[in-house]
Amino acid sequence: MTGIAFAMLLTAALAGYMMNRRAALALRDGGQRLHSLGMFHGMYAALAVLVPAIIVTLLWLALQSSVIDAIIMSGLPDGATENVDTGMVQLIKSEIHSIARGRVFGTPEPWKIEAAERLNALQAMAGWLLLAVVALISAAALFVTRRSVASEFRARQAVERIIYGLLIACSLFAIFVTVGIVLSLVFESIRFFQMVPITEFLFGTSWEPQIPIRADQIAAEGAFGWIPVLLGTLVITFVAITISVPVGLMSAIYLNEFASPGFRGIAKPLLEILAGIPTVVYGFFAILTVAPAIRAWGAALGIPVAPNTALAAGGVMAIMLIPFISSFADDALSAVPRSLRDGSMALGATRSETVLKVLFPAAIPGIVGGVLLAISRAIGETMIVVMAAGLIAKMTINPLDSVTTVTVQIVTLLIGDTAFDSPKTLAAFALGLMLFIVTLMINIVALRVVRKYRELYD
Amino acid sequence: MTEQTTGSPTRNHDWNSEQFRKNLARRRRGEIVLRGFGLAAIGLAFLMLAILLWTLISGGAQAFRQTHVAIEVPISAELVDPANPADGNYRTVMRDAMQTTFPDADPSELRALAGILSNAAQFVVRDRVVDDPSLIGQTVRINVPTSDPYDQLNKGNVDIDSDEALRRLDDTDIAAFKQLQDEGRITLPINWALLTNADSRFPELAGLKGAIIGSAYALLVCFLISFPLGIGAAIYLEEFAPKNKLSDVIEVNINNLAAVPSVVFGLLALAVFLGWFGMPRSAPFVGGLTLSLMTLPTIIIATRAALKAVPPSIREAALGVGASKQQVVFGHVLPLAMPGILTGTIIGLAQALGETAPLLLIGMNAFVTAAPSSPFDAATALPTQIFIWADSPERGFVARTSAAILVLLGFLVMMNAIAIYLRSRFERRW
Repeated sequence: MTGIAFAMLLTAALAGYMMNRRAALALRDGGQRLHSLGMFHGMYAALAVLVPAIIVTLLWLALQSSVIDAIIMSGLPDGATENVDTGMVQLIKSEIHSIARGRVFGTPEPWKIEAAERLNALQAMAGWLLLAVVALISAAALFVTRRSVASEFRARQAVERIIYGLLIACSLFAIFVTVGIVLSLVFESIRFFQMVPITEFLFGTSWEPQIPIRADQIAAEGAFGWIPVLLGTLVITFVAITISVPVGLMSAIYLNEFASPGFRGIAKPLLEILAGIPTVVYGFFAILTVAPAIRAWGAALGIPVAPNTALAAGGVMAIMLIPFISSFADDALSAVPRSLRDGSMALGATRSETVLKVLFPAAIPGIVGGVLLAISRAIGETMIVVMAAGLIAKMTINPLDSVTTVTVQIVTLLIGDTAFDSPKTLAAFALGLMLFIVTLMINIVALRVVRKYRELYD
Repeated sequence: MTEQTTGSPTRNHDWNSEQFRKNLARRRRGEIVLRGFGLAAIGLAFLMLAILLWTLISGGAQAFRQTHVAIEVPISAELVDPANPADGNYRTVMRDAMQTTFPDADPSELRALAGILSNAAQFVVRDRVVDDPSLIGQTVRINVPTSDPYDQLNKGNVDIDSDEALRRLDDTDIAAFKQLQDEGRITLPINWALLTNADSRFPELAGLKGAIIGSAYALLVCFLISFPLGIGAAIYLEEFAPKNKLSDVIEVNINNLAAVPSVVFGLLALAVFLGWFGMPRSAPFVGGLTLSLMTLPTIIIATRAALKAVPPSIREAALGVGASKQQVVFGHVLPLAMPGILTGTIIGLAQALGETAPLLLIGMNAFVTAAPSSPFDAATALPTQIFIWADSPERGFVARTSAAILVLLGFLVMMNAIAIYLRSRFERRW
């Protein structure tokens, strides 16, 4: 039905284009002087059909299933959805859906079959209704625009106004995304903080999100203090940054100051390859190669090493960050004015003295910005730690121990089927909110530092 | 150098003095040390890259081949109805096949021998018969995949000298396999099933078809949404936006959006697309939608750079002959900037192809044994398939994970190669 609606829409737009263009050209052939080209009269009609109709269709499709579900669930007989928890309601809903699609398992209760039939009827009706609405909008738009064709009608300006509006809408979309992120995180986090007090979340030192699923189940009570998770994130970030910053800086200095153009031409793209490898590949590399190697070294040295150490995850993350830091440092060093370099060399300083005592101090702000962005990346990095770091939150800063991170907890809490009412699921959104806030603050500071620094030498 | 009597001693440099030479040597050493550190750092990075690629290639190469065993299959019309060959009793056909192939084996040996065949051998036979119903009534020699332990044995991954209790195959199994090898029944052809099969619990049958199609759908949706939106936003910001607070906010916002952790986009998708809009779980359409939000900033930034690179003289010339501002942009600036925009878009899509975390949160790590037939069916994507296989305990999946990574990297290399080609072929220097 949606396909038909879109086909109808395109036909109407095309028809509007042809009709108005022909009408405009007929006016011109009749001896009148047109303000705008016939093409613009046609485009005016096409846009007038497409823009409102597509907006309505997209909104309709986005909301249709939620509205229909709400109608179905509220139409169930009394007692069907009372005294059961949300997970059960979800189950009933999906059962009705699968019956509606003709996949019947066992013998469902008659009211479920009846609801499924109603669902099918509603869906068919929604499809027809959408078709009717699209047809109505198209017809109205065609009618209005056809009447507007006149020699003095400023069709070009009208078309350009619409396109200008569309361009603004495109750039506002980025703001919508940010607002969507903030709203969804805040909304779900508020629900979480209604179940778990915010002070416990922020200052609690124990993280055990395994809460009993049934009332009679013996399980941990569940504790939601994010301090140990945060600590684990910081340990892994620290490991990654302490390895990647010196390596990235040194390679940037070498490439910028010492390397021949030929070597630079080969080495730079090769370094960039490291940045282009998907993180899931790094994660696999960590569990397949790096973690066993670290364990073997640990055994050889007689140090107890956990199977999934922070060192393995952080070390592999460092490999990913090397090209990131290197390219930022490279940019910062290149941005230092030539005069500083020439002056230092003219006074007899060696290249290394020039780099370390003149260029490097001058480039520090740019480098710091790059390192901050790298830290924010390390905190937000997900796949490497999901695959290579641990699951259990511990209050430890030993990099040879197994620690967990914010992103690991988000993924493990949400993987698989999720019901939106348990503190376990919602805790992931609270963690996500904290992650978003922390990385956003680091990013803002970093971008500001980098921009300030650019202005300094531009 | 001999008669220096005037001036203060500190200004008086003796370039040949011991102290000076020491000093110079120290400074030169410093130079060498810094160079050494730099080279060592680059060397370390390259070493890691080499180890990474070598692990993947050496581990994954094996998965591109699969051990097959040839068996004699008698396809009797009693078990397979010629009118409906897809619905035959292939379990019994396979039992008969084992009997025909090994006429001297007693029942218990036959059961052990049947373990050599993959659990899905009957489906291979079925597909052959469905393709060619004239086989019914004949005895045909068919190559079927072996099960994973025997595949590993044939590839030399099983240490035959190790303790029998620690192996999945005991000595009689190995002897039976050796005999088959001597009879020339064992072959190791290229494993096309890796690309043409969908996922499976049995490593010998698991393939990437579902993941590749799922990724393709997701990328298509991602492109269809982020490309027009990104270009529109970039055109507005670069060509039309007045210098005011709103433009500043949009700009800062886009830069920050580019640095938001990917898992946060997954949370957004889970809460908004799945939770509020009720979109289906595990669907490539939702995956593409999520990825498009992440690709958007990349495309906007690349498009703005490409638009900025078009010299103002082009705009002035077009304006001078009476074009409107929009005609200038859409008729002249945009076409000239297109190669740069496409390059940026392809690089953005390549990033999206490797993105895993947001897809995990919307359930694209489901176990799906059929390739999706539309963007709304449940499916996996290449990176999530890698994640699933990396978690699977069977030995055969280790090699297959590496192979899947090689396939993913192959696609990434291809996309980047296209981007580089576009840039070198069409980019103009003004």
